This record gives sequence, C-alpha cells and structure tokens, in this order.
Amino acid sequence: MAPHDIRRPFKRAAISDQQKRRELSLQRQAQNRTEAQLQARRLASSILSLPNHNSEPQPLESLDDLLPEPIVEEPETDAGDITDIDIRQAAKLKGPEARRWFASQLMLPEWMIDVPDRLNYDWYVFARPSGKRCFVVSSNGATVSRLRNGCLLHRFPSALPNGARTKESSRSAQSYCILDCIFHELDQTYYVIDMVCWAGISFYECTAEFRFFWMNSKLVESGACEAPSAHHRYRFSLIPVYNCDHEGLQTAYTGAVPYVKDGLLFYNKHAHYQTGNTPLTLVWKDETCSQYVIDTDNKGQVPNQQQVVLELQDNGQLVTSDDPPVVLGCLNAVFIQETGLHPGNLVRFAVNEGGLTFVDGKLEKADLQYLGKVHRARAFADSYSKIVFQYMVRHSPLRIEHLFASMNTASEQENKTNEMEMVG
Amino acid sequence: MHTILYLPWQGRTQLAPCSSSESKFKGCTSNHYTATLEASVPSKQRLPKKVMALEVTQILLNAQSVDGSVRKHAEESLKQFQEQNLSGFLLSLSGELASDEKPVDSRKLAGLILKNALDAKEQHRKYELIQRWLSLDVGVKTQIKTCLLQTLASPIPEARSTASQVIAKVAGIELPQKQWPELIGSLLSNIHQVPVHVKQATLETLGYLCEEVSPDDVEQDQVNKILTAVVQGMNSSEASNDVRLAATRSLYNALGFAQANFTNDMERDYIMRVVCEATLSPEVKIRQAAFECLVSISSSYYEKLAPYIQDIFNITAKAVREDEEPVALQAIEFWSSICDEEIDVLEEYGGDFTTAVSDIPCFYFIKQALPALVPMLLETLLKQEEDQDQDEGAWNLAMAGGTCLGLVARTVGNDIVPLVMPFIEENITKPDWRQREGATYAFGSILEGPSPNQLTPLVNVALNFMLTALTKDPSNHVKDTTAWTLGRIFEFLHGSTMETPIITPANCQQIITVLLQSMKDAPNVAEKACGALYFLAQGFEDVGPSSPLTPYFQEIVQSLLTVTHREDAGESRLRTAAYETLNEVVRCSTDETVPMVLQLVPVIMMELHQTLEEQKLSSDEREKQNELQGLLCGCLQVIIQKLGASDPTRYAFMQYADQIMNQFLRVFACRSATVHEEAMLAIGALAYATGPDFAKYMPDFYKYLEMGLQNFEEYQVCAVTVGVVGDICRALEEKVLPWCDGIMTQLLKDLSSNQLHRSVKPPIFSCFGDISLAIGENFEKYLMYAMPMLQSAAELSSHTSGADDEMIEYTNLLRNGILEAYSGIFQGFKNSPKTQLLIPYAPHILQFLDLIYLEKDMDEVVMKTAIGVLGDLADTLGSNAGSLIQQSLSSKDFLNECLSSDDHLIKESAEWAKLAISRAISV
Repeated sequence: MAPHDIRRPFKRAAISDQQKRRELSLQRQAQNRTEAQLQARRLASSILSLPNHNSEPQPLESLDDLLPEPIVEEPETDAGDITDIDIRQAAKLKGPEARRWFASQLMLPEWMIDVPDRLNYDWYVFARPSGKRCFVVSSNGATVSRLRNGCLLHRFPSALPNGARTKESSRSAQSYCILDCIFHELDQTYYVIDMVCWAGISFYECTAEFRFFWMNSKLVESGACEAPSAHHRYRFSLIPVYNCDHEGLQTAYTGAVPYVKDGLLFYNKHAHYQTGNTPLTLVWKDETCSQYVIDTDNKGQVPNQQQVVLELQDNGQLVTSDDPPVVLGCLNAVFIQETGLHPGNLVRFAVNEGGLTFVDGKLEKADLQYLGKVHRARAFADSYSKIVFQYMVRHSPLRIEHLFASMNTASEQENKTNEMEMVG
Repeated sequence: MHTILYLPWQGRTQLAPCSSSESKFKGCTSNHYTATLEASVPSKQRLPKKVMALEVTQILLNAQSVDGSVRKHAEESLKQFQEQNLSGFLLSLSGELASDEKPVDSRKLAGLILKNALDAKEQHRKYELIQRWLSLDVGVKTQIKTCLLQTLASPIPEARSTASQVIAKVAGIELPQKQWPELIGSLLSNIHQVPVHVKQATLETLGYLCEEVSPDDVEQDQVNKILTAVVQGMNSSEASNDVRLAATRSLYNALGFAQANFTNDMERDYIMRVVCEATLSPEVKIRQAAFECLVSISSSYYEKLAPYIQDIFNITAKAVREDEEPVALQAIEFWSSICDEEIDVLEEYGGDFTTAVSDIPCFYFIKQALPALVPMLLETLLKQEEDQDQDEGAWNLAMAGGTCLGLVARTVGNDIVPLVMPFIEENITKPDWRQREGATYAFGSILEGPSPNQLTPLVNVALNFMLTALTKDPSNHVKDTTAWTLGRIFEFLHGSTMETPIITPANCQQIITVLLQSMKDAPNVAEKACGALYFLAQGFEDVGPSSPLTPYFQEIVQSLLTVTHREDAGESRLRTAAYETLNEVVRCSTDETVPMVLQLVPVIMMELHQTLEEQKLSSDEREKQNELQGLLCGCLQVIIQKLGASDPTRYAFMQYADQIMNQFLRVFACRSATVHEEAMLAIGALAYATGPDFAKYMPDFYKYLEMGLQNFEEYQVCAVTVGVVGDICRALEEKVLPWCDGIMTQLLKDLSSNQLHRSVKPPIFSCFGDISLAIGENFEKYLMYAMPMLQSAAELSSHTSGADDEMIEYTNLLRNGILEAYSGIFQGFKNSPKTQLLIPYAPHILQFLDLIYLEKDMDEVVMKTAIGVLGDLADTLGSNAGSLIQQSLSSKDFLNECLSSDDHLIKESAEWAKLAISRAISV
C-alpha cells in the first residue's frame, strides 16, 4: 500500500479549453435539439408560426416597416400564393409582401343577416370596441401591430411575452405572441378580442371557448393589462364576454363599457380560429350600440345611395371578397378599357334604385352604378354579408328584438324536440 | 439489454463483427506479462495435459527471461495451460506462491497471474472473471484459499505481500456472495500470538480487503474486529515499526467501514488519539501514513472533527514547519481538504443561512484557525524550489501551501485580505526573488473568494507594479507568477458584471502591450501571459458590438500565431496555451472583429494542410504532429461555431466549407483519439453551419461516422460522434434518411454493448429522437427495435433505490435521454397516418412518467423533458391518448407541479403540455 498522491493542479485554470470546447459543443447541440423540438411542437399544429430567432436571426420586421408607408402602387398578385407559404419563408417577407401576408391572417366576421340557430347555446357575445382592427405580434423583444390591410400601426415595447428587450425576455427567444386586437384611439388601449398564439403556443386549432379561457388568464398574468410604463407603451385590455343568452345579450347591448361601442360581435364557441371570412363569427349593429350603422363615405357623410366595393375579375365579373366569391355584376370590355381598369382592381359602385333583388333568399340581381377606383390602401372588396347587411339597414333592418325573439323560439324548439324524443 | 445481431431492414446480413482490436491489452495492469498473455493468438500446438509443478516454476522464471524467444515460449505455455485446465493452473500457481522452497521471482509472478485471473480494469472483463471464479469447483477454491492464507506466514516479504493482494481479490468476489464467511475470523483469530511478520501481513491483508470490498458486504461485528486489530496495531505500545506502518496504512482503507464507530464518542476518541499519536512516531513513513489518515478523516468525518481540531492544528503546524517534506505536504493537504469540505457546504447554503439546506453544517474550522493558519501557509510560500515552474511534475511545500492559501481565501472570503496584505507589502520589493515571488503568489492566491469591492482598490494599486514586474523583473520565477496573477485578476475581477472596471481606456493599451511582449519571454512565462490574455478576452465577451479589444485584435491574433511557431513552443505547453487563447479571442470577437476571424480561416487551414503533407515521421514526431492537428481542428471548430452563429458570417464562411471538410476527412486517416474527437466536433459545427447542403459530404464522411460510432474503447470519440449524428439530422432533415439504416444499426449495437462506457448511452437515446424528428414516419421500421430498448432502459433506471449521488445523476441523464427519444419519436410521427403505431407504447410511457414523478429524485432537466413528453404524447395521439392520460396515476399532479414551478423552462413545457392534453381530451 503505497502513499497516496495528493498533488493538486498548480497555476492551472479550473477547466481546460478542450473541455470547454466539448461543453460548448454539447450546449449548442442541446440547444439546437430543444429548438428543433419546440419547432416541431409548434409548427405542425399551426397554420401560422413565427421564426425561431436563433437560427433565423433576421428580425421579423424589415427596416422599411419603420419608415412611413411608401405611396406606391402595389402590383396585386394572387393572395393564395402567399397564404400557403411556410412560416420560415414568411419570416423573410418584407414590406408589401409582409403586409399582404398578415392581411390574410385575420379572422373576419361576416355580417349577421339572419339569426343563427342555437344563438343562446353555442354563441358568445360581446360589445365590439370602436377602433382599428389589428394583429399585435410580440417577438424578439419588440411588439408590432398591423392593421387589417397588413400595414404597420405601431412598433413598441410591451409586457407581452418577448414583447420588449428586458432581462427576463432574453431567455425565451422562442416565445412570441399574436393577438387579435382593436386599437381604441380615445384611451390608447389595445382591446384584445382573440388570441392566436401565446408564448409560442398556437391556438389556431382550439375552440373559441378554449381560446377565451386562456386569454383571460394569460393576459392578466403577463402584466400587459397594467398601466403603460417604459417597457410597456400601451395598455392591453380584456373585454367582458358573455354567453349569448337573454341576460348576456342584454348586458353586451346596453351595459356600460370603458370604450366606444361599435356593434356586437358573436363568436361560435366551438369554432377554431380561421383566417378570412367566416360565418362562425358575426357582427351586428344598430343605432343603440354603434355610431356607424350605415357606412359613411370619405368625408364621414352618409351617402344617399348605398356604396359597395367589388373586385374586377379577368372575365369582367364583379365579385365580393368571399371564398368562393359572389358575383354581383359584370363590366364589358369596352367600359373596362375606357376607364383604365385592370383585373384585380377594387371598384366602387352605388346601388341604384333597382336595389338588390333576392329570390328564395339568394341574390339574383343588383342595380349598380360605377363610381370609380378605391383608395389604394384598401386590400379587400366588400363581403357579401356586408353588402346585404347594409342594404337591410337601409330597407328592413334586423333588430335586437329579432335576436331576443330567436332565443325564445330556440328554447321552444328544444323543448319540442325533447318531447318528441320521449314519445318516440 | 438486448443483443442485436441481425437487423432485418438491412439488405444484407449484418453480423456484429467481433473486432480484432477488442481483445487487445484489456485488463492490463502494471504487469506487461498478463497483457501479452491475453493478446497472444491461440496456437494449434498441443501441450501435455498435466504440467508438473517443477515445470511451472521453470516456465514462470522463463516468462521473466531477458531472452525474448524464451519469454514468448513460456507465455505461450502458460496460456495453453490456463485454457486447457483452469483449475489445475490456478492450483499450481497458488501452490507455487505458498511454497517457501520456490524462488521468490516465480512465487511473485505466480501470485500476480492469480491476481489478474480474478480482476480486470475493464468492467466487462472483470465481470467475466468474477463469474469464472464463482463457477470453479468448491474444493479447488478451498485449496487455493488455504494456500493463500498459508503464504501470509512466509518469511519472504514479497510472497506475503503478493498473497495479501490475492486474498483481497478473492474476498472482493466472495464476500458479496456471502461466501468465505470465516475469512476475517481466521485472519484475526490469533493475531496476538503470531510472529511479528505474520501480524504485519495480516494487517496488510485487512487493508487490501477494505480496499476491495464494499462496507455493505461486511457485518458490523466483523468491522469491529478489523478496526480493533488495526487500531491496536497502530498503537504506540506496538514495538514493531513494520506492524505499526502496516496497521496505519490499513486504517486508511478501513476508515470507510468505520461509520458506526465514528458515531460512538468513545471509539472515535480512541481512533483519533491513536492516529494523532502516530503522527508523532519516530518513523517518517508512519507519520506520513498517519497524516494520510487524517486527510481521509477530514473529508469522510468532517462533522465529527470539532473536538479534535485544535490538537490537529498544533500537530499539522509543527509538521509543516519542522517535518520532512512528504509529511509536511500531507499536513497541508489536511487543511486543503477541510477547505474543500467547507466550500462545498457553504455553496449548498448558497448564502442563505436561515434554512439548513445541507445535511452537514459548516463548523467554520478555517475561519477559526485563520489567524494561525494564514501565517503558517505564508511561511511555506518562501520555500520555493529553483525552476519549479519548468518542471511539470513538481510538487513542493511552497506549491502546496500556496494552493491551500487559495482554498482558504475561497472559504473565508474578505477575512483573509488583512492577514495577507502585510506579507505582500513587506516582501514584494525585496532583493531576494523568493520574497518577491512569494508575495506575488500570495496576492494571486487571494483573488478568488474576497468580494470585488474589497479587491478592486488593491488591484488598481498593484496593476502597474505587476505590469512593470512582468517586463523588468530579472527572475523568471517572479515573472511567471506575475503573469499568472494578472490572469487571475482578469479571471475574477474583470467582466461585464463588475461594478468598477479594472481595465480602462487609460490602461488597456499598456496591458496588452506588456502581455504581447511577455509572449516572447521564456516558454513558461509566455504560457502564463497567454493565459492572462485568455481571461482578458473572456471578460469582454458580452461587452456589446464594440469591444475595447477591437483596435488590438489583429495584433493579438498575429502575436498568438507567432507564438505557435516558436521553436520552443513545445515546452511548458506553450503552443497549446497559445491556441487556447486564440480560441477564446475568436469566441469573444464582436461584429466589428468577426471579419478578421473569417480571414483566420485560410490561415489555420494552411497550417492544417502542412501537417497533412508531412511524410515519414518518427513516432515522436508523429505524436507531436497529432497534437498539433488536434489543436488546429479545435481552433477550426471554434471558428466555425462562431461564424455559423449568424447568417452574414455563415454565408461568407461557406466559401471554405468544401476545402475544410476535405481536410477533416484527411485528418481521420491519422490514428489519434484526440484528433478524431476534435475533428468530429468541428464537423458537427460545420454541419450546423452548412444545413441541408451537408448532404454532399455524406458519401465520403459516412465511413468515419460509422468508425466513430464503433469506437468503444475511446468512448469519448464515440460520444462526440453520437452528438454529431444529431447535428447531421437537424442539418439534413429528411435527407438523412439514406444513412439511417447504418446509423441505427450502429447505435443499437452500441446500446447492446457491455463494453461501451455507460456515459455514452443517454446521448444515444437522445439521438433516436433526433433521427425520428428528422425522418418522421420513416422511423417506423426502427420502432420495433428502438422502443423495447427504451422500455428496458426505462425499467432499468427505476431500480436505483439507495443509490449514491453519482448513480442518481446518471439515472437522471439516462432518463433525460430516454425522454428526449420519446419526444422526438412522437413529434416525428405527428400528423402522419401512422401515429396509431405508437398507441401500444403509450401505457408504458405513462407508467414511466408516473414512476419518475413518484420517485421524486428527478432534476429540473428531467422534469422539463418529462412533462414535454406528456404533451407530445397527447399532441400526437390526440383523443387516443386522452383517456389514458386521464386514467394515469399522477399525470395531473405532475402537470400541476410543473405549472407552478419557478423554473421558466419547466413552466413553459408544462403550459404547452396542458394545452396539448386539453385538446386531446376535448376532441
């Protein structure tokens, strides 16, 4: 049994550089693995995701988004090409393309032109704030809001996950949020009406019920609902959402809210977040709950005649923004040439005295008069439901009483069904 | 574990090749003889079935002959004998060892062969030998054991000592099996009546026995008997120094058995008294052995030391000041070891003294001893040896004392400063180099521990002095220590977290000039200057886009390259230090300087190219060349990782990718584990930087990848290669598919191997996940192999009750690997029509998660990965998983616990899992 060696390292660093190289490699590999995992968890289950910022250091926003929007005529391309792109490609989009891509990501409510079945069972209702509908995206230490047409509204720090460059956010470069909001100018507040992604987790394939539940708990937790501060320029606010029963509808319709109301929004509880027009969210308004029931023109005046915006197709047809589009009329080639219109242009018309003619609830004929091309900032034609809603407002509006009444009949029907089942 | 021989997805039959290198030099200990014995190729020649005892003697002597052919023939004969009749072979050897009529050389070798027939270093071989011994005839074993015990009484010391070791090996096999229960009793039965030399041999045997056997395998009453005999043998009343020395050395090994005895005040007092008395023995070897016991006690029984610490201090102080160096070194080591203990305990306290986190309280022995301990250590600093800095193996009083002083500073922090400063001030300007060096070393030692607030003002005063000393001091020794001290200043007091910067725009240029100048000094000084530059660069790591080093970057890099070309760069590991510093400078480069890093690529490539062109080297030159290639590959790895981390530099780097890859492939032709490991790591970084384009290198690279995965012996190469497979999977994604059959075959073989170091197995499991994530549902064909492996590993990881910290750590690593595999597999199959293939595995995985949760010894990483797997399972299986999860024992509790975790990553994983489960249940 020999004496035991007790030599200790002398004038040596605690670990060798080779060991350091090994450990840094392992760290890099572990981090890449985690990122690959997270990407897999997020990617496959969502239509939209944002880039992983470590491997794609390019910021989401390009520099030109910081500048005022340039006044250039955008060549209109088929929007379908853009909606299908992979998220990593989406991250590289700049300027107009980024705008177009985001413009196609919002869920757009149809206008309520008749009362859906089971309104009081399957639907939520809340009072819609008046303001600018936008997507708010927090990622990579910044928050950006984009309007419905994809244009930049604000770029600011926020308390949303990874929404500001603070010490806490730096550790979670993976996480980002996408909120569906309305920016209310008067109190400079973003009212959150839906949650699409939270902390990197996609909610696209979740029901509205689920989304609203998470939205309520997460948003408050994040501190985003608190008063503005250096790292949090705008306040975010939740909106009280009600089950669309008698009481809920009444509260949403007449109850006091801290913002200016612009109609009521109805969400089907079971519907997933879906980009573009959907009949599973609906908007409805009358004079009691909105200042803008009838569309106004550029000067804020209600025009004598209803105006509609339609998109000109290759074949001269004039269509709505619906998918599939609804054809409201047709222009002949000579007229197109004379007015210098091109396929894809959005064109404004007035509805003439002939009005809209319905047969069996389907539009058969529209009496339209050409007014001109619309302002270039506009991205979409009117939807069919909007045109019909506006027409009804001017002629035979769908009133709140009809909504309440539908609940009574619905519950009666329910009872009847039950009875029948018991008998049968 | 399963042994995979044939994998049906292979087009051809793939039998696990029994590599020829497998049996080479295994279990080789100090004796060259056994090594060759095992390596020799069986010959067809037949030997007589019975070899007479006389012949064995001659063969054993021949096996030590200077004549190579005689030796070879003897080795051959012994091997034949062993193969044809193991029992007879071992019997003759034990007979040879026991017989006092035989020559001492044949007896020693007989004992050695016996020993090597019972134990091997390599785990797999060791296990085989144990099984072989246990399966021998009981009568044979009894006879051998009798011979061994009999040998302890031999008048020949070498025979006794050899027998002691063999007995311990047999005990190491048999006692855990509850065999040979009479051993300890028979050793001790008449210890008081036997002659001195037998007593000495018996005590030595007990010492070896305690080294071989785990305390769990010896009953307490037997432990008591052993300790009684050993401590009595150490007692000052023992007349024989040989007995006392043997007893003292045995106690060193027996201390691990004394847990119960150390809790008994009387017994502990007795042991401590005897040990302390032994430190005063007139015999230096006994004193040294006694201090070794104290060192061992200081770590094993730290919490029992309070009553003795004052006495021990007096004893050690006397030894440090007056005793011979080997004893004095042990005495210093006692205090270093106490520091280690207290640093550990205080670290566990984590500055929070209100809650007792640690099982062991801190007794603040160092703090209490400080006023006397520090002067004692400072005295040692002046006892330097000339040229100790040039001698790699040096270890003397000054070095031990200085090291201990550094540990004391880490233990007590600020309190040490006022005790050391007067010494420094008094000595730093003295004409005798020993005083200047001692003072400088003292200053360097206390830079880790005390708070920066305390140290920074002192450093600001000292810095100029140090820089001057480094340029002007006539003593190489002083310059060495000065450069080292500067390195420590930069390591501990320079960096973005410091309140007051040490390095300012005013002194930065001067510091760099001096360091670059010193890099031209003698190799040992230049090496320390490189080290200082390393930490200088490190401190500017997260300084932002603009670094104070930017203006000097080019010059620094150039100077370092010049150092690597110095004629004498092979001395004092100077070349290595220069490349390591270059690596750190590269790692810490900023946006401003990264273009210069890019320029470094062709430079380092040219260097590597030159090493590859050199031909016809002597083995010595080849070794040096390999070392250099390792350094160059390491440097390229760091550069690639740096440039690969951002898009613009990655694109710029790509122009070199083909050439670099080509060189790495050539490097693999060299046979050196270090070089392979470095090249492999560099290729991993290259794969990450290259992305899908890496596919073009796969045809040429694949065979080296496979070689790496087959390298059981140099398991670190294997481990690194497994990591690179992950890199490649993420780089190539589905393009990796054509290579997966081969890779999976190797990985499964690795897992089945008993020879592969266990540390490689967890990353292999993680690698399954990487592969599945890359190739998605194509992983289907591997499922039937991978899943049972994962399942059995998961089960294996649960049988760890009563495990020690090391085992718990390994279990956590293993579980993390298994869980990462599951995550990757589930995510890989997501949205595939084949997800239903995974359903049968879900119940077991959920049970595994239950088990992990209920055992409560998981670390944060496992917790995060485990809760992620729960989410992945729900995410991929959807409604199929919903009810299983709802039925599982603890999923809900597990999830809730993770949701309320303070750990951000666990919480994030848990929220995701909650969402996935909610979706699965709601569908």
